[in-house]
Amino acid sequence: MTAFSALIGRELRMAVRNGGDVLTLLLFFVIVGAVVPFAVGPDKDLLALLAPGIVWIAAFLSMLLGLDRLFRADHEDGTLILLRGADLPFSAVVAAKVIAHWLVAAVPLIVASPILAVLLAMDMGGFWKTVLSLAVGTPALAAFGAVGAAVTVSIRRGGLIAPVLIAPLAVPVLIFGVGAISTGTGPDQSGAALLFLAAISLMAAALCPFMAALAISSGED
Amino acid sequence: MTIETAPKQSWWNRIAHPSQFVAWSRPLLWPLTILTAVLFLFGLWFAFFNSPEDYQMGDTVRIMYIHVPTAWLSQFVYAIMTVSALGSLVWRHPMADVSMKSAAPLGATFTALALFTGSLWGRPTWGTFWEWDGRMTSTLVLLFIYLGIVALWRAFDDQLRAARVIAVFTLVGAINIPIIKFSVDWWSTLHQPASVFRPDGPRMPGSILTPLFIMFFAFTFLFLTLHLKAMHTEVKRRRVMALERQAAQAGASA
Amino acid sequence: MIDLGPHAVFIVWSYVGVALAVAALVAYTLIDARRTARKLEALEARGIRRRSQRQAG
Repeated sequence: MTAFSALIGRELRMAVRNGGDVLTLLLFFVIVGAVVPFAVGPDKDLLALLAPGIVWIAAFLSMLLGLDRLFRADHEDGTLILLRGADLPFSAVVAAKVIAHWLVAAVPLIVASPILAVLLAMDMGGFWKTVLSLAVGTPALAAFGAVGAAVTVSIRRGGLIAPVLIAPLAVPVLIFGVGAISTGTGPDQSGAALLFLAAISLMAAALCPFMAALAISSGED
Repeated sequence: MTIETAPKQSWWNRIAHPSQFVAWSRPLLWPLTILTAVLFLFGLWFAFFNSPEDYQMGDTVRIMYIHVPTAWLSQFVYAIMTVSALGSLVWRHPMADVSMKSAAPLGATFTALALFTGSLWGRPTWGTFWEWDGRMTSTLVLLFIYLGIVALWRAFDDQLRAARVIAVFTLVGAINIPIIKFSVDWWSTLHQPASVFRPDGPRMPGSILTPLFIMFFAFTFLFLTLHLKAMHTEVKRRRVMALERQAAQAGASA
Repeated sequence: MIDLGPHAVFIVWSYVGVALAVAALVAYTLIDARRTARKLEALEARGIRRRSQRQAG
């Protein structure tokens, strides 16, 4: 087994072992979506109109809140320093962690999104688009999140700042993510939005591990 | 610095070595301040007393004389921060750290002013204080990025370590800003009706360009002056922190 | 004062706001500079020097 896949395996095993925080993020996702009708009223037409946005905001907030688990535990017990000295290039280490994080934090959301779609009176055609847009867009959120987590890893209580840092950068993901489900009352541009979303995810997946690795190394010299 | 106590007077040291930088740039401060003040005087006079009202917008065009420069500064300051970030990461240039840190609150203020003036301009022109059009929305997101960076500087204990980490974040932001602009423009065309009044649409006659250019330079020199002064302060602040640390260590071992 | 048209209040408030913000920026920059310089003088007056200066002196 290569070092890369071994690292992913380690992250997955640890996440399964401490299953608590992952389930909490999933619960948070569903709760945010479920709470919105209490705030805006149960009018089906209104909810259906807002549904793509609400699902994406719930996913957005969930991913942002889950950022801390990427690096903090390893930073606190010194594993991060060991990983930096490993044979595997540190950016590959970060990439492995991001992939594991996506598997653990985002895939449950993707699987649970039809529940939200039902609660928010989304029409059936929207279900698949929702799942697809979340599947394509959450890697970008995980990647940007990694940069935020890396920048704040050495700060005490840095977990509070990371979402604030990442949210502006993730605005394009939100815009195209919602657009990939529905583009409102005009002509349907959801296909274009999905392609833009895919482009952002690919770019983020390629660049962010390097930047996050750089941020961690710079912070610990 | 423990091997040689007097650094060489090479051109690189002049800009890289903090106290040398402060020494040769200090005489620049008063000329810059006076230039800024003069530019503002001329700019304001032209803005109010020597330029006509716009044929479409009336007198509210005068808000443009402070909106456009502040909007330009919001981008320019981030460009300065990006260049400084590169200097910090690639060359480990000590003044680059200082430049980055001093620019952030200035950039945040000018961005907020761009939003403020844009909002007040929008009210008589569009009818609302806020419009989710592409440009204003991108500027709002940029403000959040600036504020996040200011918060980051305050969150770190060790400012030297902070500099390189924040440099990485600044670069990520720089790469992202064009993407944010593109996505926000795409989004606003989805949700806007076809005709949106764009404040700087019509061609501008010379009598309107004059105050605009003067105010443009006035604001730019204002930033440069404040930035330079803030850099000097930051250099002093770092020396204060180093000395305080030494005092504490001396006190502990005494 | 000159006639600023029907929307004068917006023009005036925008200039006032900018003027206040610029004044606050300038004031903060100067106050911060003075405070830091004073701290530095106090520390140097206590005889604390950087290692490099001590080795020279």
